[in-house]
Amino acid sequence: MYQFEFGKPTNLEDAKGMLAQEGSQALSGGQTLIPTLKQRLAAPEKLIDLKSIEELRGISAEGTHLCIGATMRHVEVETSDVVLNAIPALADLAAHIGDAQVRRRGTLGGSVANNDPAACYPSAVLALDAQVHTSKRVIPADEFFAGLFMTALEEGEIITRIDFKIPEKAKYMKFPHPASRYAMTGVFVAKHADHVRVAYTGANENGVTRHAGLEEALMADFSPAGVANVEVSSDGLMSDIHASATYRANLIKVMTKRAVEALV
Amino acid sequence: MTIQGGIGSATKRREDVRFLRGKGTYTDDINRPGQAYVVFLRSQVAHGHIKAIDCSAAENMDGVIKIFTSADIKAAGLGGIPCGWQITDRHGEPMKEPAHPILADGKVRHVGDPIVAVVAESVREARAAVDAISIDIEELEAVVDMNAAIQGAAQIHDEAADNICYDWEFGDADATNEAFAQAHHITKIDLVNNRLVPNAMEPRCAIGEYDDSTERYTLHTTSQNPHVIRLLMGAFVLNIPEHRLRVFAPDVGGGFGSKIYHYAEEAFVTWASSQVGCPVKWTADRTEAFLTDAHGRDHRSLAEVAMDAEGRFLAMRFDTLANMGAYLSTFAPCIPTWLHATLLAGQYTTAAIHCRVRAVFTNTTPVDAYRGAGRPEATYLLERMINKAALEMGMDQVEIRRKNFIKPDQFPYQTPVALVYDTGNYDQTLDKVLEMANYDGFEARRAEAASRGKLRGLGLSCYIEACGIAPSSLVGALGARAGLYEAATIRVNPTGSVSVFTGSHSHGQGHETTFAQVVADRLGIDYNNIEIIHGDTDRVPFGMGTYGSRSLAVGGTAIVNAVDKVIAKGKKIAAHLLEVDEDDIIFEDGAFKAQGTDKSKAFGEIALAAYVPHQYPLDEVEPGLEETAFYDPKNFTFPAGSYLCEVEVDPETGVTEIVGFWAADDFGEIVNPMIVEGQVHGGLAQGLGQAMLEQAVYDDKGQLLTASYMDYAMPRAADLPNFEVETCVTACTHNPLGVKGCGEAGAIGSPPAFVNAVMNALSDYGIEHLDMPLTPEKIWNAIQTNKRPIAAE
Repeated sequence: MYQFEFGKPTNLEDAKGMLAQEGSQALSGGQTLIPTLKQRLAAPEKLIDLKSIEELRGISAEGTHLCIGATMRHVEVETSDVVLNAIPALADLAAHIGDAQVRRRGTLGGSVANNDPAACYPSAVLALDAQVHTSKRVIPADEFFAGLFMTALEEGEIITRIDFKIPEKAKYMKFPHPASRYAMTGVFVAKHADHVRVAYTGANENGVTRHAGLEEALMADFSPAGVANVEVSSDGLMSDIHASATYRANLIKVMTKRAVEALV
Repeated sequence: MTIQGGIGSATKRREDVRFLRGKGTYTDDINRPGQAYVVFLRSQVAHGHIKAIDCSAAENMDGVIKIFTSADIKAAGLGGIPCGWQITDRHGEPMKEPAHPILADGKVRHVGDPIVAVVAESVREARAAVDAISIDIEELEAVVDMNAAIQGAAQIHDEAADNICYDWEFGDADATNEAFAQAHHITKIDLVNNRLVPNAMEPRCAIGEYDDSTERYTLHTTSQNPHVIRLLMGAFVLNIPEHRLRVFAPDVGGGFGSKIYHYAEEAFVTWASSQVGCPVKWTADRTEAFLTDAHGRDHRSLAEVAMDAEGRFLAMRFDTLANMGAYLSTFAPCIPTWLHATLLAGQYTTAAIHCRVRAVFTNTTPVDAYRGAGRPEATYLLERMINKAALEMGMDQVEIRRKNFIKPDQFPYQTPVALVYDTGNYDQTLDKVLEMANYDGFEARRAEAASRGKLRGLGLSCYIEACGIAPSSLVGALGARAGLYEAATIRVNPTGSVSVFTGSHSHGQGHETTFAQVVADRLGIDYNNIEIIHGDTDRVPFGMGTYGSRSLAVGGTAIVNAVDKVIAKGKKIAAHLLEVDEDDIIFEDGAFKAQGTDKSKAFGEIALAAYVPHQYPLDEVEPGLEETAFYDPKNFTFPAGSYLCEVEVDPETGVTEIVGFWAADDFGEIVNPMIVEGQVHGGLAQGLGQAMLEQAVYDDKGQLLTASYMDYAMPRAADLPNFEVETCVTACTHNPLGVKGCGEAGAIGSPPAFVNAVMNALSDYGIEHLDMPLTPEKIWNAIQTNKRPIAAE
């Protein structure tokens, strides 16, 4: 780890000021950033720790949306009665991220801002048609993710909370990577009143992606049989030593089918 | 009489009191006053000529004490890292044994090869200096594939043409070929034994310390055998005589073989401490562990069995390529030869066996013994081949084995591959495991699983292993450059407590408990009055260390022999004190008794008399009560057993769940059944890890793609079933405890049981073989390419 300065703002305004400075980097749960620093793959001049900012915390269900503060840790989402009542699938997703240690440190905002192509949360953001609130604006989920580790966030822009649309029902089905336990393929299926969203992570070369074919099929017939006739192409899917694109295409279909099976 | 804490008692491990409280003392917990730290600049390419090293920018950086390259090593006249075993090839020539320099000399041969050592006041400053060093390497073509290597894809060492270290053969080729010519049926199978990274929980660490007032060196290190390191490093590398070199291996957090070997970093810190005038410490980070701890396995083999019409094994033939990596690690050459080919008789009466092994250099991390070391590779060849043979012969996997078993009345049994099995009962362990697993109920379970869309399979594996490699005269004839005995000292203290100094080393095995149980039982004294001391060459008289499941059979026997010497001396003292003839003294229940009288002396009274010799036979017996024994075994021990693994494969994803695993082992007599069960569980987890998950993967340029836990899949508890473990006993005939060894069995027997189970599950698809690890993708792909209707449909 290289040397860096450390800032710990207690309100959003201070954080914005600190992050406006050259060479500064926001730190939330640190579950990706800290290992990256330890491996000396990054050398920020200043780390700005967001965890003491009260405005970034809290969980509430307000009408049509479940609102979760950006620095809420996975374990807090996993065990929140509010989440369990509103969107149990989201609590279940949080409960299967990494291991117990990761879940006690990692945060929603950190995961979504990092947009690791194999992270779990981005699939929920997309499938639950979420609104990403930031220090500057509100970004709809469909406009937020912009490819591997890329998002619509601008330099110094901080996610403050994420409002998830409460669906009629939803399920996240994860096929864990054998080593890292990230998603080798994870599929989030959400049935909303007027549409179905299917977002998959861990598989696409551009990171989390919606699958139009599966969404259409499930809107026509929300059943495992509805999934059966969909061709899931391996075009644009990742291929590595753990899984080929073809295998990942199969997993997208099977995980979708199993998510639907759990919901009907 | 059963002694509390004696033999057979499931005494809780006393060492766990400190381990579970975080109070262990591992090498990295040790910090010496004024110590400096070394960070190695390691090669990032797998093969290349070092054209230039420029340290000028680094030399004057903050905290930098001194920077070393191979020029400094050569100027000091230091030796290279030695190899402890010489193989003689099929033409009678010694193996190719290229130099293995402490720091790369002109050439790098694998990613992670150390080039420059920076000693600084802190790790941070050393790292910063490493970043400031510029190295000019002319990259050469690298070779990682053994088949490409033996075709000369790259020339790694000048002296090894086609990168072959040795081309070795063993067994009667003529008799084997003759039997093959007369065979009713021949089964062939091509098998890869996948390369593994050992992944001890504690990374390696070493602290070298030189005291210029006494001219004495101390090396604190993560070792399974500190005396062996003292011998190898002192005599061959640094030229330090034993009395000026202490090697101390305190608590060690797992070895699995990887901490047997003498590594360059140990030699460097020891020597460097005398050059910089302060202790020098090195602690591997996890990436260094992946890149530099000797890897395991990595064989490619063709195996063939010739059978008669009834499925009896007439002969077997094996041709193996064994990866040595870039340099010869300490015991690497003997693993695929004397620890592999000699095990190819297994539990069977095969009359003729021939094995050819070519050891191959590649631009990869050195490969050496890893939990099982040669024996898992042999067992995998046999047990996979036998299941394929059973299929081809239309026989059941149990039937074909039973038909070929060595029977209980055939012991001692001379195999055609040199070993003489002293004892065993293979039908007994097989019967036991079939009963444990309800073998007969399998078809019903398979049908039930099919109704849920799952493919259920049951796989058997019957393994044998050879532990406590011995005797020294034999291993010397086979090329070992060391003896393989063990030493122990029993120091009875004046008040009757006992300090046991053992040359075995515990790094997870629980010796502090087991050995104390042995001594408590033998002396009839309280287990709590016994301490076990190991790991320090200044305290323990000598030792060959712990590997190959030898500690109890060899180290334990040395302890027993030393205890017996103590008892013999105690009898002389007791005879004097009780005024009877020495022959009339018997020792039982912790007391020296005069036969035919009610006179006796407790063990503690004799100890006190020995140290306060007021009334003592000083003419005949020395004061004090301390004895040392060196024990060189007459033979290996031969643990054996039968394992059944039951799996369910999900054909939609290829995911395999282990739904049952049953182990019936014969380890001979058992001192602590709880520790034995723990050893079996750990071994099974490692073996199943190899079979399901683990794989070191290199790309074509020699980069290790699985160099972290993000890509190297270790088994987790959730991947494993509840193991059901039982034991049968045929006592070893040639050691006084009747013990055999249990540390490696699980890792030896479980991979073929798992693979056989999966192949059994996939049998309706006509899939004959898949190489480990059987990942979901591999299974799913095989199902896709072999798709045909399941019989039940």
